[in-house]
Amino acid sequence: MTATLRSLLRHETILAILLVIVLAALATQSDRFFTTANLLNQGRLMAEVGLVALAMTFVIVTGGIDLSVGSILGLTAILLGVFWHNLGMPLPVAMVLAVVAAGIGGLVNGVIITRFKVPPLIATLATLALYRGLAEGISQARSVRGYPDWFFVLGQGDVWGVPTQLWILGVLVIVAGVILGLTTFGRATYAAGANETGARFSGISVDRTKLLIYTASGLVAGLAGVIFVSRVSTTRSDMGTGLELDVITAVVLGGTSIFGGRGTIIGTVLGLILMQALKNGLALSGVKGDGTIVVIGLVLILAIVASNLFSREGDG
Amino acid sequence: MSASSPAAARAAPAMHPMKRVAAYGQEFILLGAIVALFVVVGVVNPRFFGANNITNIFAGNAYIAVAAIGMSLVIISGHIDVAVGSLIGVLATISGTLAVNGYPIWLAWLTPVVIGVVVNAGVGSLVAYLRIPSIVVTLGMLSILKGGLISVTAGAWITNLPEDYLIAQFRLFGIPSPVWFMVILTALVALWMRYSGFGRTIYAIGGNVEAARVAGIQVERSTVIVFAIHGAFAGIAAVLFATQLQVIQSTVPPNLELTVITASVVGGVSILGGTGTVIGSTLAAILFAAIASSLIFLNVSAYWLRAVQGLLILITVLADMARRRRLR
Repeated sequence: MTATLRSLLRHETILAILLVIVLAALATQSDRFFTTANLLNQGRLMAEVGLVALAMTFVIVTGGIDLSVGSILGLTAILLGVFWHNLGMPLPVAMVLAVVAAGIGGLVNGVIITRFKVPPLIATLATLALYRGLAEGISQARSVRGYPDWFFVLGQGDVWGVPTQLWILGVLVIVAGVILGLTTFGRATYAAGANETGARFSGISVDRTKLLIYTASGLVAGLAGVIFVSRVSTTRSDMGTGLELDVITAVVLGGTSIFGGRGTIIGTVLGLILMQALKNGLALSGVKGDGTIVVIGLVLILAIVASNLFSREGDG
Repeated sequence: MSASSPAAARAAPAMHPMKRVAAYGQEFILLGAIVALFVVVGVVNPRFFGANNITNIFAGNAYIAVAAIGMSLVIISGHIDVAVGSLIGVLATISGTLAVNGYPIWLAWLTPVVIGVVVNAGVGSLVAYLRIPSIVVTLGMLSILKGGLISVTAGAWITNLPEDYLIAQFRLFGIPSPVWFMVILTALVALWMRYSGFGRTIYAIGGNVEAARVAGIQVERSTVIVFAIHGAFAGIAAVLFATQLQVIQSTVPPNLELTVITASVVGGVSILGGTGTVIGSTLAAILFAAIASSLIFLNVSAYWLRAVQGLLILITVLADMARRRRLR
């Protein structure tokens, strides 16, 4: 146990040192990087991925995966538009209902995975297609615009000089960190991922734990969807396409083992910041958006190779 | 011989007839679904039976069927590849670029297959020797290939393709060449999977890695070979995809990987590895083309296509889990 703890700390220490080096390198590369305005703006941009990554950390710690989060985000955006614009509901009601629908989407994932024993990879690959398909079918490729001004506070506004969604992310980081690190639910999450059979024999309700986690994953993807709409002022059915890649990269980069049983919220946050810093830094030094995707893919593979080599060392 | 699953074959003696249907059923179910769809849509709108439409249904998705053959091998061996769509996009662009710049036609056809083999052998090595889960490696590959392609080509169209390069538009006995590719490759691989030693090896690895290892199978080497073969099929699929129109749009076809995986899974390749046939995946690819065409002839918005596909994969997966429980 202490050995695992040590290797965990080591991963996060390495990550933190790496982050400092990257930040320092970026600061010398471009004088626009280390400005308050740029950093706050980067915080705004990473909030959606960050929110989803918090729940994804729980999902991956249980040994599962949720590929449908990008589609849930897109479906939430479309439902928000439909509830408000087409059905004439008050916007706050539409927002709540859309997020509830996202939670139901996550619950459906959880039921398929726990009750029908479908592997999470395949279950959420299927719902990735289904939820995106529903978003496309319901919207018929029409976008909804013209939201009232107060709605944009969520995605474009500031509270005490800091972007609104960064506050939301900050609060949820603390909540997620406390739940995973300090509560019995967190211990159950680790147990389910490290040794599911063992966890069952210890009287842990593994299915209920997973069900709650996948539902939460849907809910935060929905919340991220509402923030996304508020940030870009419109709804489109292709919103959040490929989000799952960014989210999984951040989580895995943060030291969470894809095999389950290992990982922390702090690691995820470090992974998230490192990824956003890389994106921003590459963009500032003239690499175009698509080039940064290549780097993120490379970083993902290298991070896992490195972490596998380290953990093998730790075992031996 | 077509419809078989090794798990069922091993348990063959004294099998209840219902279980036999349950084990062998996927290909028949798909065939039945295709026939039923043709009859229903044909009755509602007889123009569905137009010669052009039928040809389009069979030829249009042939490259997906070819890619799904390789994907089926990968899934049967217990892995997955979510980068296949990006790989096909990259290989199609390479092929078209060679053809337009005056390289010999055969080189433009062969190069994608070779590169596909090399790239996926690399992916397979990471999976087999460094023990990185295939989902993670291929997620990474997806963004590397996709991002790389767009940053190099900026999505520019490749035009002025030489006439004799467009292999997908050739016909033999009046039947478009993609259909020949689809049928012949499916038949060859189905036979090979069933009767060759290596075919059985793939099932063994997917069924139970540890047992395969104890039985003396070189699991790592075999995994790399499976991924390499998958790369070759992606190369062939890329050439068929590149030559079906007069232009190549050098971007990644949206959701192609999902369609290919769906074809394999709906075709009866078990998501848990170890069972399935490539005949099922080819039938599933044809069924998808038929569904897409039906939506048009039934006046349903094409925007619902993906929802129908998603529902289909979900139902098949749930049925697969139920079938496994019954077989136990």
